[in-house]
Amino acid sequence: MHEKNVNFVEAALKEYYFSNFELIHVPSRTSEREFGYQKFNSGMTRHLTIKNDKDLHFLLMTQVPSDVYCSNACYSFPNLPMSEKDWKEADLIFDIDAKDLKLECRKDHTCFKCNSCQSTNEQSTKCVKCNSDKFDIISVTCQNCISEAKKEVKKLIQILTEDLVINEEKIQVYFSGNEGFHVNITNSDYQILDSRERADLSDYIMFNGVMPETLGVSKQNNSKMSFPDIGERGWRGRAAKEIFGSKSKRPKIIQEILSGGYSAFQSRLEEMRHTIGVRIDPKVTMDVHRIFRLGGSINSKSGLSKILCKDLENFDPFSDACLLGDEKVEILANCPISFRLKNKKYGPYVDETISVPKHTAVYMICKGLADVAQ
Amino acid sequence: MLQLGIKELAKYPFLAETGDYLRDKGFNLEQLSDPDWKPVIEKAYGRIIVATTGQIYGGDVENPDLEILSFVIAIILLKSAGISTLNRRFSLAEARRAERYLEQGLNALQKDRTILENLKLKEESIQSSLKIVQDLFSVRVEMEDDRLKIHIADYLKRAAHFNEREWKLVNRRVESGYVYLSSHEIVRLVRKELDVYINSKIQSVNISFIPETFRERVGDLVLLAKKFSTVVIVSSDYPPCIKHAIEVLDRGENLPHSGRFMLATYLLAKGQTIEQIAPLFKNAPDYNERITKYQLEHIAGSSGKATKYSCPSCEKLKSENLCFAIPECDGIINPVQFGTRRKTNA
Ligand code: SF4
Ligand SMILES: [Zn+2]
Ligand SMILES: [Zn+2]
Repeated sequence: MHEKNVNFVEAALKEYYFSNFELIHVPSRTSEREFGYQKFNSGMTRHLTIKNDKDLHFLLMTQVPSDVYCSNACYSFPNLPMSEKDWKEADLIFDIDAKDLKLECRKDHTCFKCNSCQSTNEQSTKCVKCNSDKFDIISVTCQNCISEAKKEVKKLIQILTEDLVINEEKIQVYFSGNEGFHVNITNSDYQILDSRERADLSDYIMFNGVMPETLGVSKQNNSKMSFPDIGERGWRGRAAKEIFGSKSKRPKIIQEILSGGYSAFQSRLEEMRHTIGVRIDPKVTMDVHRIFRLGGSINSKSGLSKILCKDLENFDPFSDACLLGDEKVEILANCPISFRLKNKKYGPYVDETISVPKHTAVYMICKGLADVAQ
Repeated sequence: MLQLGIKELAKYPFLAETGDYLRDKGFNLEQLSDPDWKPVIEKAYGRIIVATTGQIYGGDVENPDLEILSFVIAIILLKSAGISTLNRRFSLAEARRAERYLEQGLNALQKDRTILENLKLKEESIQSSLKIVQDLFSVRVEMEDDRLKIHIADYLKRAAHFNEREWKLVNRRVESGYVYLSSHEIVRLVRKELDVYINSKIQSVNISFIPETFRERVGDLVLLAKKFSTVVIVSSDYPPCIKHAIEVLDRGENLPHSGRFMLATYLLAKGQTIEQIAPLFKNAPDYNERITKYQLEHIAGSSGKATKYSCPSCEKLKSENLCFAIPECDGIINPVQFGTRRKTNA
């Protein structure tokens, strides 16, 4: 990021951290956690320990990091190199990102920044200015993206509470600060699972790798007895609902499945991953050594806060997580797409100097859609 | 810990209670020098020999004293011989033996208890299997109607490390925090831990001296082990897929047919003979010497007019979940190429 942009964004972040201490706390079992942070245009500093909120606030004020992270794992020696940390256990974490949901609306709010001349393009075949074909993808988020991501969160919570019997009070849902949600579970029976075990748990949640036999279809003799019923608990019940729709249609659809054969049913199950499976990012869940964005901190991809959603249904990230100041700032916008923040629509802009509230200025600069005006 | 009747202890002689039992009986090493003990020593030796052939010692719980003592003496013999291959085979076979009893116990739990003719005995066998699974391996088995269930986390801790798809959580009945399993499946889950536990018991035994009457059989064991170690050639130059297959077999776990096929074709391609390869399969749960030989001959193309099969490609093995690629696998398309291509540092 350009120097003058960095100075502007850092000042906005510092102001935010100074006046929002009450939003940013160290997690439980603080002394067993690894912390890390990043500054603009530089690498990651990790393997840190932080004692309490006061030390955390001191770090935020003195370093003004672009991003702050904390391990989901607890270690005996969190500040030693990875191999010597002595891993004890880790919170379960899930990442649901609108970018992974393959939504129709994505193309309306995605554009491409040319790697060689920095101009923004609506397509990624050839740069209109310099003919280069190397681009960075830039995307903003729309209401549809957020409500689709919320649906995934709800599906996830249903499985966590019903199948895994995790107490709802232990489940914390955060807006990620950019295009999705983070779900964090502390202190559950699943803390001790290692990476491979979490990978299998992820597959369960995603409805991944299910065999036709599990739902009553086998290569040889099929017995109607083992087809699932709509009333059953767990995946069998949910799959039955998806496949049969209603109890009365069940016998007819079973006949269709039987005549369709094994591999047809197998492909059907594959497809059902996208409808009834929860689209989490399994790499996040299976990583037991990750440092994960700290709640209350700013996400430098957008300038929005990673913030706890107390009421997911009514949560609106475009105002509830948009917490930087609203003084007017002049920026040079280069933004072929439009977006909304705090109930106001912005864009598209073509090489335009505009005056916008500070939170919007930071949002656009962080996204690479604007620069601080000269 | 457990409080077991002597018949239960005969099923699971590796438990800590065996120590109490020996103390109660006033049993000590010096007595063993007495020629009267010869038959028990022979039984113990036989128990080891059976184990080394990959079979499971049957035993006779109706004669619990002999069962327990022959186990203890077998351990002393093994300890004196000090050969880890023998220890491993012995603990594996003993684990298999205990598995049968565990499964019987859990099975009895599922049946209607009122119709069992010897109620007290059944009850004991149920309780001991539940307690062994819980106390040694911290898996609590619970009952719901006539179904057995365990906690999801306990399940994942073990089953996630198996390779077969049917062990994936998504292919199990999961309801309200539990996974529903058959008694056989529950026992299968703790198989490895049972083996490790028995092996650690052998490791931890301290013996101050070896009675004269043991020397001959200890010597026999040392000779026997020599014969073994020349048979199976496990090279550190094998690719990860092959090493993994050998390990699975070595642990006495089931290797799918595709895995056995890969292993056999690979080793044949590396110039090993059927006689050298066959013993690898000895620990497999369903080992049958004649059938294994026949299958190997078929693969090698030496029986009848059959064609000679070659080792499947890495791609094929990946699709069968048999590939465990490491950086050294870069640029090869078949396991037989592993290690033959040097990285060129231009
Ligand atoms: S890449 Fe090939 S050689 Fe390496 S582990 Fe996989 S199958 Fe084996
Ligand atoms: Zn360009
Ligand atoms: Zn959208």
